[in-house]
Amino acid sequence: EARRTVDDAMLEELEELLITADMGVETATRVTANIGDALHGRRLTTREIKEALAREVGRIMEPVARPLPIYPKKPQVVLVVGVNGSGKTTTIGKLASQFKAAGKQVVVAAGDTFRAAAVEQLQVWGERAGVPVLTAPEGSDPASLAFDAMTRAEEIGADLLLIDTAGRLQNRQDLMEELAKIVRVIRKKDPSAPHNTLLVLDATTGQNAVMQVDIFRKIADVSGLVMTKLDGTARGGVLVALADKFGLPIHAIGLGEQIDDLAPFDPQEFARALCGLEELK
Amino acid sequence: MFENLSERLSGVFDRLTKQGALSEADVESALREVRTALLEADVSLPVVREFVKAVSKKATGQAVTKSITPGQQVVKIVHDELIAMLAGDTDPGVLKIDSPPAPILMVGLQGSGKTTTTAKLARRLKDREGKRVLLASLDTNRPAAMEQLAILGTQIGVDTLPIVKGEDPIAIAKRAKTQASLGGYDVYILDTAGRLHIDAELIAQAAAVRDVVSPRETLLVVDGLTGQDAVNVATEFDAKIGVTGVVLTRMDGDGRGGAALSMRAITGKPIRFIGLGEKTDALEVFDANRIAGRILGM
Ligand SMILES: Nc1nc2c(ncn2[C@@H]2O[C@H](COP(=O)(O)OP(=O)(O)OP(=O)(O)O)[C@@H](O)[C@H]2O)c(=O)[nH]1
Ligand SMILES: Nc1nc2c(ncn2[C@@H]2O[C@H](COP(=O)(O)OP(=O)(O)OP(=O)(O)O)[C@@H](O)[C@H]2O)c(=O)[nH]1
Ligand SMILES: [K+]
Ligand SMILES: [Mg+2]
Ligand SMILES: [Mg+2]
Repeated sequence: EARRTVDDAMLEELEELLITADMGVETATRVTANIGDALHGRRLTTREIKEALAREVGRIMEPVARPLPIYPKKPQVVLVVGVNGSGKTTTIGKLASQFKAAGKQVVVAAGDTFRAAAVEQLQVWGERAGVPVLTAPEGSDPASLAFDAMTRAEEIGADLLLIDTAGRLQNRQDLMEELAKIVRVIRKKDPSAPHNTLLVLDATTGQNAVMQVDIFRKIADVSGLVMTKLDGTARGGVLVALADKFGLPIHAIGLGEQIDDLAPFDPQEFARALCGLEELK
Repeated sequence: MFENLSERLSGVFDRLTKQGALSEADVESALREVRTALLEADVSLPVVREFVKAVSKKATGQAVTKSITPGQQVVKIVHDELIAMLAGDTDPGVLKIDSPPAPILMVGLQGSGKTTTTAKLARRLKDREGKRVLLASLDTNRPAAMEQLAILGTQIGVDTLPIVKGEDPIAIAKRAKTQASLGGYDVYILDTAGRLHIDAELIAQAAAVRDVVSPRETLLVVDGLTGQDAVNVATEFDAKIGVTGVVLTRMDGDGRGGAALSMRAITGKPIRFIGLGEKTDALEVFDANRIAGRILGM
């Protein structure tokens, strides 16, 4: 393979590669500048340069790659939040199945009491995962459901309670207040809960993900991220900007619509896919 | 969180006070800011490149008007060009749903808002144009997708094709077509399962559905918060299924909505509607002016 001198034109191409992966201009410029400082004037193949870029991205992502922490708390309450259609309900189905396979007793609560057939959707996932789904009628208060679900999970002696919530855009104050209330009510029952608040991000989302994390974090104390739909051509580069800005752990990625399509977040693999070196599996 | 274009350009032009024509160097640094602003608004890079080229042609050598600053002048050129590109050269007219029963096919990625938009569109056609509408869910994939559409149909008082468990999407499409003719419906809308543009099998299935019903409109439903992937989605759906129009959802969010420009530029098809909420009345006709301002953060 032909070698090229790492010069400004080359660096601009690299920057554009990162931008097309949704890294955002600011972060892409910074990451490229780091590479430029290290490699300027050297003669490298395209592959070698991409490898170097992937190492740099991997270095940034390494500290945020952490699995969902498990606490000695019964039930450990996991609240799942995010904008509409990002993949919350599906991710809960996948998580329930994984934790069950790991020997945990899991209960799921259908906290989306708003969207048509949201409860039915989660019930199907509950059946698939083999875990009970606690529900309330459509239109009822999601905070009360969460409270009741905690009581029930305690009675059953469940290890984990996963609570689904309705999709909401972070600029909708009324809906964000509803979410804040869910958290408040959960804390009434157990001041240490929710033990994890997962924000589910859609990989096809562009720079708005930054606002999503910023606001959901303020309202609901997000403790970690899951990114879905990385099985498409979107490369989720905004995660790099997010790692930089917020440093929140990334627990898992969604790679499809089936129950097993949830993988741990692997920073090196992610970085290589982002730089066009390999596909995510 | 992101600076808008006027703010960016005011920096570039601060030192340029004397009047005259915009020099090439002025234009070049201004275009750099335009590029960044559009990328931060999530316009896809290839579309940004084309756009910047078009603006460059218009801006170079243009006399600086006395009444406005060079920065304002560039913003105006960019704004006008954005509106022109978003609106397209020809008026797309109304949806082609004469000759009953007119099929409309809804396609798009997972979770983009197809089912919700199907209901919104049905409600609009019923309430504003007095159309008799039949809805059918071809989504045999997502749990409770058919129930979701059935519930929405009941909420808006629009019929949905009875659910027959185990039927495949092609068979459902055929049944919808027959039912729409026999039942004297004006329009029937086919909601489909979300699919990735690179999922060859599911894309072929959507194309097969298309061949069964010959839709009058095939609407690509796209999340308005989409980033750089818009270019791939637009290219593939249009090439493999053939879209006649676009609907952008979640425009009630605080995203800049650059996907609108990507979609329009790549498919060349009109953006018909924007979704502005989860309720079935939250659908509006696309307005190039408003979206242009939003992309520029103005
Ligand atoms: N390709 C792909 N599709 C996914 C993935 N995760 C979820 N989906 C699909 O995305 C769509 C939306 O997923 P849901 O789980 O319903 O999303 P949600 O966030 O619960 O949506 P709302 O409750 O309506 O806000 C469904 O069609 C899912 O099958 C993923 O990792 N890859
Ligand atoms: N805020 C907002 N939410 C929307 C809009 N359109 C749809 N939604 C929400 O987005 C989520 C997904 O919408 P659906 O209609 O189920 O999406 P879909 O494309 O049918 O999803 P799949 O069938 O799983 O591919 C739901 O929570 C909807 O309420 C919109 O314009 N604004
Ligand atoms: K990918
Ligand atoms: Mg859901
Ligand atoms: Mg749907």
